[in-house]
Amino acid sequence: MSTTVTDTHGAHDAHDDHHDHKPTGIKRWLFTTNHKDIGSMYLWFSFAMFLVGGSMALMIRAELFQPGMQIIDPHFFNQMTTMHGVIMVFGAVMPAFVGLANWMIPMMIGAPDMALPRMNNWSFWILPFAFLIMLSSFFMPGGAPAFGWTFYAPLSTTYSTDSTALFVFSMHIMGMSSIMGAINVIVTIMNMRAPGMNYMKMPLFVWTWFITAFLLIAVMPVLAGVVTMVLTDKYFGTSFFDAAGGGDPVLFQHLFWFFGHPEVYIMILPSFGIVSAIIPAFARKPLFGYASMVYATAAIAGLSFLVWAHHMFTTGMPTFASLFFMYMTMLIAVPTGVKVFNWVSTMWRGSMTFETPMLFSLAFVILFTIGGFSGIMLAITPVDYQYHDTYFVVAHFHYVLVTGAVFSIMAAAYYWLPKWSGVMYDDFLSKLHFWCSLVSVNILFFPMHFVGLAGMPRRIPDYAMQFADINQIVSIGGFLFGFSQLIFLAVALKCAFKKGEPAPAKPWEGAEGLEWTVPSPAPYHTFDVPPKV
Amino acid sequence: MSTKKEEYSKYYVPDQSIWPIVGALALGLIAFGAGHFTIEASKQEEGFGHYVLGAGMLVLLIMLVGWFGDQIRESRQGLYNEQLGRSYKQGMSWFIFSEVMFFLAFFGALFYARMIAVPWLGGASNNVATGEILWPAFEAIWPLTTTPDGTTTQAMGWFGLPLMNTAILVVSSVTLHFAHVALEEDKRKALTSWLIVTIVLGLIFLGFQGYEYVHAYRDLGLTMQSGIYGNTFFLLTGFHGLHVTLGAILLIVMLGRVLKGHFTKDDQFGFQAAAWYWHFVDVVWLLLFVFVYII
Ligand code: HEM
Ligand SMILES: [Cu+2]
Repeated sequence: MSTTVTDTHGAHDAHDDHHDHKPTGIKRWLFTTNHKDIGSMYLWFSFAMFLVGGSMALMIRAELFQPGMQIIDPHFFNQMTTMHGVIMVFGAVMPAFVGLANWMIPMMIGAPDMALPRMNNWSFWILPFAFLIMLSSFFMPGGAPAFGWTFYAPLSTTYSTDSTALFVFSMHIMGMSSIMGAINVIVTIMNMRAPGMNYMKMPLFVWTWFITAFLLIAVMPVLAGVVTMVLTDKYFGTSFFDAAGGGDPVLFQHLFWFFGHPEVYIMILPSFGIVSAIIPAFARKPLFGYASMVYATAAIAGLSFLVWAHHMFTTGMPTFASLFFMYMTMLIAVPTGVKVFNWVSTMWRGSMTFETPMLFSLAFVILFTIGGFSGIMLAITPVDYQYHDTYFVVAHFHYVLVTGAVFSIMAAAYYWLPKWSGVMYDDFLSKLHFWCSLVSVNILFFPMHFVGLAGMPRRIPDYAMQFADINQIVSIGGFLFGFSQLIFLAVALKCAFKKGEPAPAKPWEGAEGLEWTVPSPAPYHTFDVPPKV
Repeated sequence: MSTKKEEYSKYYVPDQSIWPIVGALALGLIAFGAGHFTIEASKQEEGFGHYVLGAGMLVLLIMLVGWFGDQIRESRQGLYNEQLGRSYKQGMSWFIFSEVMFFLAFFGALFYARMIAVPWLGGASNNVATGEILWPAFEAIWPLTTTPDGTTTQAMGWFGLPLMNTAILVVSSVTLHFAHVALEEDKRKALTSWLIVTIVLGLIFLGFQGYEYVHAYRDLGLTMQSGIYGNTFFLLTGFHGLHVTLGAILLIVMLGRVLKGHFTKDDQFGFQAAAWYWHFVDVVWLLLFVFVYII
């Protein structure tokens, strides 16, 4: 169907009636159908959630500053770890990527807007409601969910508090939001490309989001299914996850991780796209191996459906299954390695400069790779018996998610802020933000590897004396990292209020792509008439 | 292509609309209400849950009427071009794909229970000792009519009502196809009649399904609490039934539009979407019939 896309697009001289008038006031945001407005709302929402989830993390780190119970009781501690995870995954990282997709994809492919603009606004506005419901459960008897972001049965069924029902239903509507958002992205990419923008000319950010959207549509419904089974097990007497009725708690884990592993790629593939845009821009060389990047992304996505049980090695799976999942997991390292190789080769002999987006991207390449390495260690079944459910796993996924996903989002924000706001960000503050984040994030997460290898379990409010020193260092890193993010808030606010040097249409010498052909700030409506590519 | 559309070949980007945020409010009320209603019902307490849930449904209904109304109006004003039609079709196809994945989760649970969980509870693989120590009397068979903790039930046969329901749904898919052919050939009478036949068949299916549930609860002792066999049976057929209901509502709306003279050979997205949905629901039933009832 995509072959006929371009010719019907014809640049007719249709009446230019409804353009560049910008609705004003609060209605502009509530009723909008504009991809740029919706993108901004997603980004601000995600940053707010980042701060909310972050304060929960600081509560965790405050309790863990010393062994023994100091500040919060164990049940509240569990609520903190649970809600921290849920909010960061579903409230901060995913919406941030959707926000970037909204802002950038139409501009990158020369489309007038997202394909289904009203549904786009629906997808966004579901999120504040979903998180209000989720957070309201803090005020219920028994408090918020306390079973971990992975809500394993029977913790979430037999042993959970009342708030489970609210958790389930808010997950449902969050899932609807994600599915609708993903459908919008995938249809926009398939159907709205400007004439000449064929698939293999699309920027990698568009490609990676294309594949991410597919993953989302494929696995969010499975999440909906598994939360539904949790609901019926807890409230309606079914026994999907209860051996006494013929079910199996391990079934929960299979279903959850069938969603969960692709989900972690949902949170990293768009990062790959971002970094693939920024590194060539500041190395002033075209991306090395464009086609191989596309194929590697597709390979990662395909394999991500076949590795889920690497989270379950210690459940007592048959040896054959363990081996299968071990080898498939290690196989994913190959396309991931291709990507890292390509980024490094892009920089090789480039004339590099180190503006803030580039700094974050470089940090991404190095630190994400550390997370990839610890992932490969975890994928080795016999050693995972030791590492599983320790702080080593916590270190692993924070390297891929914080220094991976979050750093790439920061890189993207700095890279495109001039385009969004029309002013350059405050260079000094942005560099301060970068260096503070870089140092503190490693103080925060690197020592976790050591306590993990030494046997400190994750998700506990208290620990043995011998882990005290390292935990203290980690907590200090945590607070430093947390407060460093306020610098970013200052930078973003300055841009939002247009305090800064006016930005040219293309502030980065080496940048490429259609988004740089429109003025900064980008007009309310871009590409009403498709550009010639 | 109708001439009206060709003049407006720009992609139609709608102006501001209140419906999306009304829809978000509706889903928020539904989720909040359903959550509290579930909690209250499980404790047999009176609460506010069902009021909020009801309010949410009402808001959702208003939103759907308003939103689709806008859309039908725009479409009939000829604001939509072929490219937008493609967006809708692709959007609908991906939506159906997401529904497929939703059912896959429940089919996955069914296969896992039948092929792994239940046999292992009976001592298969390396679980001999587990079986002997925990539930020595347990026998691993499917349909699982006696659970490890001793709950018993009877299995639902496939002959009779389920078989009839299968026939009904398959025929309804065919009659819907005839309706579509009639639309393509611009035979409005035939279109209306085939559409009505399809809707009636769908409603009969739902009636039979309700009757079957009563039979299961009353005569067979097959309930939501009867262990994994009853669980997979009710959740799979239940979600399927919900989808048939939704499909039937869509078809009824389409019938209303047909009677108002909407849809032509070139302008039939709403009809097509409803038809795709119906065929999809039909295919799910065939899989259900094989894996839940027969095998
Ligand atoms: C080379 C690539 C990777 C490999 C081989 C890998 C492998 C693994 C393994 C084996 C585990 C399970 C550890 C255990 O629980 O014992 C794990 C956990 C995890 N990984 Fe990765 N991983 C990789 C990349 C990623 C990426 C890119 C992300 C996200 C952006 C990610 C996020 C996570 C998360 C969130 C968990 C922990 C989930 C939980 O139990 O709460 N991983 N990884
Ligand atoms: Cu994984």
